[in-house]
Amino acid sequence: MDVVTTTLLPLATASIRKQFPILHQEVNGHPLAYLDNAATTQKPERVIQALVNYYTTSNANIHRGIHTLAERATKQYEETRVAAQQFIHARHAEEIIFVRGVTEAINLIASSYARTFLKAGDEILISGLEHHSNIVPWQIVCEARGCVLKVIPITPSGEIDMVAFEKLLSPRTKLVAVNHASNSLGTINPVREIIQKAHSIGAVVLIDGAQAAAHCEIDVQELDCDFYCISGHKMYGPTGVGILYGKKLLLEKMPPYMGGGEMIKNVTFEKTTYNELPYTFEAGTPNIADVVAFKEAILFIEQHGKAKMAAHEKSLLEYATSELEKLRGVRLIGTAREKVSVLSFVIDGIHPFDVGQMLDARGIAVRTGHHCTQPLMEHFGIEGTVRASFAVYNTKEEVDALAEGVKRIINFLG
Amino acid sequence: MTINDTQKEIINDFSLLDGDREMSVMYLMELGQKLPPMKEEDKVEANEVKGCQSKVWLTATLVHERLFYQADSNTAVTKGLISLLVRALSGQLPDQILASELYFMKDIGMDRFIGTQRSNGFAAMIKQMKLYALAYQSKSHQQA
Repeated sequence: MDVVTTTLLPLATASIRKQFPILHQEVNGHPLAYLDNAATTQKPERVIQALVNYYTTSNANIHRGIHTLAERATKQYEETRVAAQQFIHARHAEEIIFVRGVTEAINLIASSYARTFLKAGDEILISGLEHHSNIVPWQIVCEARGCVLKVIPITPSGEIDMVAFEKLLSPRTKLVAVNHASNSLGTINPVREIIQKAHSIGAVVLIDGAQAAAHCEIDVQELDCDFYCISGHKMYGPTGVGILYGKKLLLEKMPPYMGGGEMIKNVTFEKTTYNELPYTFEAGTPNIADVVAFKEAILFIEQHGKAKMAAHEKSLLEYATSELEKLRGVRLIGTAREKVSVLSFVIDGIHPFDVGQMLDARGIAVRTGHHCTQPLMEHFGIEGTVRASFAVYNTKEEVDALAEGVKRIINFLG
Repeated sequence: MTINDTQKEIINDFSLLDGDREMSVMYLMELGQKLPPMKEEDKVEANEVKGCQSKVWLTATLVHERLFYQADSNTAVTKGLISLLVRALSGQLPDQILASELYFMKDIGMDRFIGTQRSNGFAAMIKQMKLYALAYQSKSHQQA
């Protein structure tokens, strides 16, 4: 019988931790406290096992082989596509394109969609919260096509300034690209409202879901976004696999991004015709093993329930926030009302690197630096932050270890 | 005291910490705090060591044929690391600095408490110190 709870019980956390072999080790003489989940999450046994199983029993190249292993590998690869489709509630399985991760997904849209359909003077709108991977590909398009990149300012709490956003929207706006949740600050953006407003003036919208996929419910049909990008490794899956979701009507209009095997229907030296969706955008032998194992990551999240996982992470975030706020000289960066489990902070007079080094000496893994968001750091007038980010397997004890470590360095250097 | 004498001394000091990572980091930060302060006007881009993750400034002055280094960093751990180099090389003749082989980093297990990127930065600092020695060496040879 299912026990219905609104949050994960401590017992459940303990049993979840058991599924992550990497967590059970000492680092520098202390139990590992892995609090760098916004960079990448650890992998449950079922994901690791799926990788091993694939190479042990099913490895073959997919789609064209007639033999049994090729058929087996193809079936497993395509099963992940269906699992991904259901995970984000896409209408069609062929709207799911496998990519290496969000960076590749955004570059694909920039290279294929934006370079084809945007012209000189058209505007691309991003926000001040974006990761470099949602800035640089658009700058490249702007240089090539003479488009203009505009940036939606953010508020002191680290939220998108929605009033400014509406003012920036104009008939020249052809593409809006924002993240669902900020990797540096944790801010969850009102993407539904952003999409509606952008659509009202005819712009297409890309959502960078790297930081949201493991924490926020995603229904691409309800959101009505045109493109949605996910990295598997930030949601308990392997590295090197991600999803680009695109509306079928848009994907069908787009020219291929890379040419090669798999993406063609017929090749002659005079003229090549292309394969249908999604294969048009999956040239070459894909990352089959990681795609196969990625399904297990999706099932892991579905098994535990994203809402319950998010509730657990939220309670850790609230506890960590209250513990760190008490400490002398600590200033939180990013205090949005809605946040994923990311806690960014600076300490007066102490460089983030030193905090990171000291915490590492105590077995605590956090991120320090600009988190690939240099313009955002500049906005706050800082070089970088210390960022702790929580996943479903983290515990209150690990937050205590973090607070204790920070306290020690403040006492030592402050 | 020769450069190698200082290296032995550094290795000995660190051996007392018994490989404790936290103690080593704190000790490094302490050493950094003891480094003589660098003049603010010297902390400019021209004096920055390129290739470091943190900001590192380095200058050198020749006094009676011996080279003396002044250094600073915006992070405490890195400042500690430079202080070790300053301790080993400052006050030596440019020829000796150029001929020196620094091995203490390996012996104190520095790779364990600095990452790959910091190791590259550390190598950049050594290179910069030797470049100063080379510059002053050719200057003194010209004068001779």
